[in-house]
Amino acid sequence: MTEGTIARWLKAEGDEIEKDEPLAEVDTDKVNAELPSPVTGKIEKLLISEGATVDVGTEIALVTIAGESQTTEAPPREDEATETPTEEFPAADTEAQPVAAGDGTNQRAVVEARSEEARSDGDGRGEFESAETLKLKRSSPVVRRLAGEHGISIEEVPGTGAGGRVTKKDIEAYVEERETERETPAMAATIAAPGREPERERVPVYEGDRVVKLTSVRRAIANRMSSSKREAPHAWTMVEADVSGLVSLRERDKDEFAEREGIRLTYLPFIVKAVVEGLKMHPVLNSVWDGDRIVLRKRINIGVAVDLEDALIVPVILDADELTILGLARKIDDVVKRARNGQLSPDDVAGGTFTVNNPGALGSVVSVPIINHSQTAIVSAEAVVKRPVAVDDAIAVRSMINLEVSFDHRVMDGGAALRFLNTVKERLEDYGPESVIG
Amino acid sequence: MDVKGAQVRHESLGLDEDDLLRIYRHMLLARMVDERSWILNRQGKAAFVISCQGHEGAQVGTAYNLRPGHDYVYPYYRDAGITMLLGQSARDQFLSLLGKKEDPNSAGRQMPGHFSSRELNIVSASAPVGVQYPQAVGTALAFKMRGEDGMVLACGGEASTSSGDWHEAMNFAGIHDLPVVFLVENNVYAISVPEKMQVAGSIAKRAEGYGFPGVEVDGNDVLAVYEAAKEAFDRVRRGDGPSLIEAKTYRLTAHSSDDDDRRYREREEVEEWRLKDPIVRFEKYLEEAGVLDAEKKEEMAAGIKVEIDEAVEYAEGAPYADPEEALERVYAEG
Amino acid sequence: MATKNLLQAIHEGLAEEMRSDDSVMVLGEDVGKAGGVFRVTQGLQDEFGPLRVMDTPLAESLIVGSAIGLSVNGMRPVAEIQFADFIPPAFDQLVSEAARFYYRSNGAWKVPLTIRAPYGAVHGGALYHSQSVEAWFCNTPGLKVVAPTFPADAKGMLKSAIRDPNPVLFFEHKRTYRLIKEEVLEDDYEVPLGEARVHRQGTDLTVVSYGLMLYQALQVAQKLSEEHGIEAEVVEPRTLYPLDKETILDSVKKTGKFLAVSEANLTGSVSAEIAAIVAQEAFEWLDGPVMRLGAPDVPAAAFAKPMLDFFVPSAEKIEAAILELARY
Repeated sequence: MTEGTIARWLKAEGDEIEKDEPLAEVDTDKVNAELPSPVTGKIEKLLISEGATVDVGTEIALVTIAGESQTTEAPPREDEATETPTEEFPAADTEAQPVAAGDGTNQRAVVEARSEEARSDGDGRGEFESAETLKLKRSSPVVRRLAGEHGISIEEVPGTGAGGRVTKKDIEAYVEERETERETPAMAATIAAPGREPERERVPVYEGDRVVKLTSVRRAIANRMSSSKREAPHAWTMVEADVSGLVSLRERDKDEFAEREGIRLTYLPFIVKAVVEGLKMHPVLNSVWDGDRIVLRKRINIGVAVDLEDALIVPVILDADELTILGLARKIDDVVKRARNGQLSPDDVAGGTFTVNNPGALGSVVSVPIINHSQTAIVSAEAVVKRPVAVDDAIAVRSMINLEVSFDHRVMDGGAALRFLNTVKERLEDYGPESVIG
Repeated sequence: MDVKGAQVRHESLGLDEDDLLRIYRHMLLARMVDERSWILNRQGKAAFVISCQGHEGAQVGTAYNLRPGHDYVYPYYRDAGITMLLGQSARDQFLSLLGKKEDPNSAGRQMPGHFSSRELNIVSASAPVGVQYPQAVGTALAFKMRGEDGMVLACGGEASTSSGDWHEAMNFAGIHDLPVVFLVENNVYAISVPEKMQVAGSIAKRAEGYGFPGVEVDGNDVLAVYEAAKEAFDRVRRGDGPSLIEAKTYRLTAHSSDDDDRRYREREEVEEWRLKDPIVRFEKYLEEAGVLDAEKKEEMAAGIKVEIDEAVEYAEGAPYADPEEALERVYAEG
Repeated sequence: MATKNLLQAIHEGLAEEMRSDDSVMVLGEDVGKAGGVFRVTQGLQDEFGPLRVMDTPLAESLIVGSAIGLSVNGMRPVAEIQFADFIPPAFDQLVSEAARFYYRSNGAWKVPLTIRAPYGAVHGGALYHSQSVEAWFCNTPGLKVVAPTFPADAKGMLKSAIRDPNPVLFFEHKRTYRLIKEEVLEDDYEVPLGEARVHRQGTDLTVVSYGLMLYQALQVAQKLSEEHGIEAEVVEPRTLYPLDKETILDSVKKTGKFLAVSEANLTGSVSAEIAAIVAQEAFEWLDGPVMRLGAPDVPAAAFAKPMLDFFVPSAEKIEAAILELARY
């Protein structure tokens, strides 16, 4: 990957920004990530407009660093996450400059996503990290080995070697020190040199353990999920719907449908349609929390969660309210296929206003989904199962589906959520074997 | 030459009929082995052949004076006539030609023609021309230092006398009266370079400059060579110092199987020298001396052919050394 | 035991071998009557006669070639090439012949030959009396190349070389002939070929050196220990080919850092080969880049002293190199 799209600026010119605070939403073909600022300061100028796609390495904003007057040196720039983290690592004798080491894991995630994708694309953009950089990051073979054996991050060890490098003696001393301080909380964070990664106590690695390096996608997901849960107080509720009619309908039509359309007819287009109708009637779930206001979106862009082996991706069906079951079926089939083949573009995952999760496809009967960050609610549709239920005081075996919604309690209350869910339920229960699939 | 005169000649050299037949057989064997080697090469079975054809008189005549296993020999790559006379067999020749493990010279490590035998005191031959001479005089010096009567025969073509090593060795031999005989088999061509481009003056006469006798002899007259060599060897064994024998002969084949001699010499010249073929000439002598008749000749040739057939079959069926053996015997132990 | 310098120790070793084994002999230019231009063979001709201690003509190829011939006929010659700079005319006999006899004859012919040659830069020696030529020979399978620096080692290794059934090239640093003295056993003893020696133990870095540079490195190591508390471990290969890899690698695995110091031209030097071995086989233990200090890549050493001193790595340069690496 050699370029990215600024999907949305989260700050404006003149704003103050803190280190790690999200500066922009950036889209790559796998990841819709936020770009946290590597520095604290004031945004002088945003150089790229929203929606623009730029090459990796392009300057995107000018930030004046806190505590520095503008007139002294050239204004420090925030470079877009680059493949050459040279600038990220200050030489030992320079001041802590903007893009400091280990700063903002999100940024590194994007950096790595790009570098890794560039490599896997056979891009051959061999930009070498400088010796100084490598010296600090990778030190020497024996130091790396000791770091691995003890589960230490080299960056957290104070270095007395050339250029601030961690020497063998340094890490041996550190290990010894750490062992004598096992009981007390790690104080190492306070002695970290400026620009080092914030201290976190590492999990010790024992023999036989396998260490899985984080992919950029995983890291992005991790960050988004954390942000979502952190910001939005999640509440949740569930209803069950009798979809026996829908089941018969599908049974009747699915073969002909498959033959005619060349794609399978699943329950998902019906669910999405029902959700769309629910959102039309209860627009508060199709909204965005904006601090001191709530913005209700006009367009209904449904993100459909697709399970990939080791990641989750949410391609978006724009203007889902304009599509029929057939249209939805086609669209869903298309994006799922492309998602599974890694062929989604940044546009494909952009602009969602609401997300439909479908763990039922994997057999789930109850799930508690996490809201797609910056949206307000998310629906989970579970598996369609035959269950004995009471119908008019008699027991009948019906096809039942559980439908849940997780919602941002800042934006709405349980009542709104349930009213929405009930609309969805009603729509689904309306289908019968004689219905026409429109 | 009449019968009586012929008889006198070899008798005066101390050779009886058995000697003559032995000499003849060695010459014939060398020739026939060589001819078969070329056939194997043209059949694609032997990668490289370098011949002794034409040299049989010079080689056998000289080597017949050696004491195998006692004297040392530094042959050059054409000296199959000498090594077989010393004790290597036709089978050995073909094993070496095909580079098999049982090759006595090197177990297939060296090219054909790089003779070596500890038992026969044939010192391992090299490819660079002339390196054998300093080595040979060193060996001769050892005999002298220990007061032994062993001697050294050092052989090479006329081109080997162009190298600094030859001159350094000749000089050293002269300084110390070393028990060494230098045999120069002047066959007129060094690959394509003819004698007149190779040799200034006379090779034989150079010995005088180094303080010892040098003789020129008709290399294709085996008895003449024998005589010259006998005298040289006797001189050496008496402790009177080194000798040089320049045997004038002719290379009947191309330099090797990788050489096309039509590029640099005329067929007529070769044919002219064929008329002086040492084997043909010796056959004539033997016939005149009543030692060889047509029937005997045929019998001998047939016998040699059987020997060669068996040798070739054996060699072709013999195994190569294990590839991993290439790693062994780099350094001697102990 | 007696204190001997390098020259005396070599002489003693040679004389002892000649006394105990009639097949041992010496040949070379000026080695007999004059006792050698460095006096290493002084007195030997008087003791053993003009054949066993022979003045040869001025012909290096002959010296080595005839030594080969002697060695395949029951003798153990110790040939001297007056200066290592003069080995080239004998190169063919040494590399193409002596080293290969055993291999090419599949073990039939052994060449128990020793060739001694003084090497190393000396004031006034200039381009043709100063060279370090060992690298030319250190990738010649079948040949052994040794360069012991200290007298006791040299005597023992000369005996081993003479007794060795293989051709051995025995380098002596001419600047250290009289400079280095130590106690040397007056008995018969051998120092095996193919074994390195740790002269000084340390934990901060490994310095591998030989010849005059070794001598200087040891002094520098002492100084740095006293002044900076830096402890260098100093290792001498003693045999340059084939190398005692184990000893060197063990040292580097302990210290984590490697510096080779030699007087030879840097590129393609023996130091370079050792460095490559270290980089490959001690990689996981390395705490710093693998370093070499050598002479610049210019022909030998000039006649004028200032240029000579610039050419040969000085004690100051050695010190700076060790410091920089130790501080890495």
